[in-house]
Amino acid sequence: MHKILRKEELTPETVLFDVEAPLIARKCEPGNFVILRIDEKGERIPLTVADFDRKAGTVTIIFQKVGKTTYHLATLEQGDSIQDFVGPLGKHMEIGKVGTVVAVGGGLGIAPIYPKIRLMKEEGNKVVAIIGARSHNLLILEKEVSELVEKLYVTTDDGSYGLHGFVTEQLKILFDEGLKPDMILAVGPIPMMKAVCAMTKEYGIKTLVSLDTIMVDGTGMCGSCRITVGGKTRFACVDGPVFDGHEVDFEEYAARQVRYNPEEKEALEAYGIKCDEGGG
Amino acid sequence: MAEKGKKKPQSKADKAKPKRELIPKKYPISRQPPKKRVKNFNEVALGYDEKTAVAEAERCLLCKKPTCIAGCPVEVDIPGFVKAIADRNFQLSIDILKATNSLPAICGRVCPQETQCEEVCVMAKKMEPVALGRLERFAADWEAEKGIIAKNLNPRGPKVAVVGSGPAGLTFAGDMVKMGYRVHVFEAFHATGGVLRYGIPEFRLPKSIVDQEVKYISDLGVEFHMNMVIGKIFSIQELLEEEGFAGVFIGAGAGLPNFMNIPGENLNGVYSANEFLTRVNLMKGYLFPEYDTPVWCGKKAVVLGAGNVSMDSVRTAKRLGAEEATIVYRRSRVEMPAREEEIENAEEEGIEFKLLTNPVRIIDDGKGWVKAMECIKMELGEPDESGRRRPLPIEGSNFIIDCDMVVVAIGQTPNPLIPQSTPGLKLGKWGNIDADLETGATSLPGVYAGGDIVTGAATVIEAMGAGKRSARAMDEWIRKEKR
Repeated sequence: MHKILRKEELTPETVLFDVEAPLIARKCEPGNFVILRIDEKGERIPLTVADFDRKAGTVTIIFQKVGKTTYHLATLEQGDSIQDFVGPLGKHMEIGKVGTVVAVGGGLGIAPIYPKIRLMKEEGNKVVAIIGARSHNLLILEKEVSELVEKLYVTTDDGSYGLHGFVTEQLKILFDEGLKPDMILAVGPIPMMKAVCAMTKEYGIKTLVSLDTIMVDGTGMCGSCRITVGGKTRFACVDGPVFDGHEVDFEEYAARQVRYNPEEKEALEAYGIKCDEGGG
Repeated sequence: MAEKGKKKPQSKADKAKPKRELIPKKYPISRQPPKKRVKNFNEVALGYDEKTAVAEAERCLLCKKPTCIAGCPVEVDIPGFVKAIADRNFQLSIDILKATNSLPAICGRVCPQETQCEEVCVMAKKMEPVALGRLERFAADWEAEKGIIAKNLNPRGPKVAVVGSGPAGLTFAGDMVKMGYRVHVFEAFHATGGVLRYGIPEFRLPKSIVDQEVKYISDLGVEFHMNMVIGKIFSIQELLEEEGFAGVFIGAGAGLPNFMNIPGENLNGVYSANEFLTRVNLMKGYLFPEYDTPVWCGKKAVVLGAGNVSMDSVRTAKRLGAEEATIVYRRSRVEMPAREEEIENAEEEGIEFKLLTNPVRIIDDGKGWVKAMECIKMELGEPDESGRRRPLPIEGSNFIIDCDMVVVAIGQTPNPLIPQSTPGLKLGKWGNIDADLETGATSLPGVYAGGDIVTGAATVIEAMGAGKRSARAMDEWIRKEKR
């Protein structure tokens, strides 16, 4: 059992937990993920590690209420426990010093880029960040990210805050202004990552993406998370989740991500949430 | 009945003048009828009752030089336990079994006896062998019904670590705790049992049986730690150097599913057998939405391969509502690696077999899902290095199978998490751990390995045999080190 030591509702859709997991915190690195199962009847879902504190023995997760499991998870309070919490899984990110990096985070994707930005700074890189959300009230970690980066740009789809538009539009502006980053890190919804990769391919800038696939075990055993990268089938859980975005088959990735949507809907309805309320 | 000839089994005259009436066939085991069982996940084989078990045990000739023991990877005293059943001393029977086999209820259900103990049974030369597997199961179930009592052995010896709680790890743990070691088992999943839990379906091995066997080992004093992915949360070195373990046994299992590497394999509706079976067995997807994990099953399911995992997959698909469930296999029936009993069960359940057939590509419906599969007919050529005749494609024989779901069950390769995180651990050419097959010793002192992570996908009992041999070898090594 893993106790929730702190709960924070970041937005109406997004929740943060600091979870007691000293052994995992001890080994965690940016890029790793955990798999959790709330209780005996729960499913196993992967969540990127948004932060970790080795001294306090905690792992921070941030999740959005989209399916039955995440809605259920959001009902837990500080002091409650999660039955199973496994990690650190996946390959951690290793970039080294490359120069200037633009970190692009969309929606919940801001959570996984946050520890990676910190790592890239520690490795001596200059980091500029673009973060975006559908609307201002759904934007997360603005303050945390702004404290780490050289410069922070914010976009919202509805124009309620920052640039009115997508993160890609801000990225285009930076390119037009003459910014020549050595690397891009993009994490967010599939259309966003795909659009960023299409743009950076034109400019010839290496782009890393972090994929959030459907998993069961998270250790390479089941192959649910398989995805074509560079023409080869790779497992996001053991070969990733960070991949070269120019090599990822986004069409296939997008098709695979929706394969349990009808069942998700059924589970959510059985849980008492109407589907127009739920996302994915 | 065989009572007449059974009276004086020890008499010297018996061998010279066989008086006993031999019963040529095994007593049949009762099973759920096929039409009923394809609609549920309950166990298919229902076991012997007392009377049948005793009668079957009396078929045993009690050979002076029994050949069956050598056919058992965990060296069970087979004539001993069978005679005890014939004598109606069921407690003695289970005691004899458990002296060398910590998991008899499992072995009695899933061992391929026809290629092990029963194959070399003297009876098998002229007629059917004694049904040793069914008798083992009977003894184990008799004990379970009465209530298994295991005393905590309060081990005081050195600490040893076990990676994986599948058949190899459980056997190793059981043997080590009996030798006085403090045993800690680390399991990556949230539940024990490895392949016994996530792989083998409820209808062939009820999970309550796995629970019961694990509880026995736990009650002996073995400690289990769930959700611990060794190679990630602790490395093997850390276990040895920082966590105070005198030795580590790696029984992490085969881990990465093989795919065919044909076009269309990443379409929706294509599963590895591991994923399909794990969703159903470990996560109880067949009880969705009561349990949260969904498992999608098509109406026309095709399973690639013909091993036990393939039979488990295709029979599971049938139970989940597939109207057509078909095995596609590139060789012929005699080469199918599955247990004969499972093939027969599948046939009875209406599973179709498309043999001498190999898939070429999986065809999509334009929306990212499976619509059909293109196959090619095969013929058998000269024997290959496995000794089986090599399947060769017949040019121009391509044809289409209509299907909406494909389960790839063509084996697995060892999981890389431990090899990658353990410097100095020598690997074989398939990425498996290179370990001595007699002792399980690896290239690192104090580190032993056995089961599928060494041999590639094999059987439960072979993994158990490896666990047993490693326990013996590690015990010797630790004692020598301490001197």
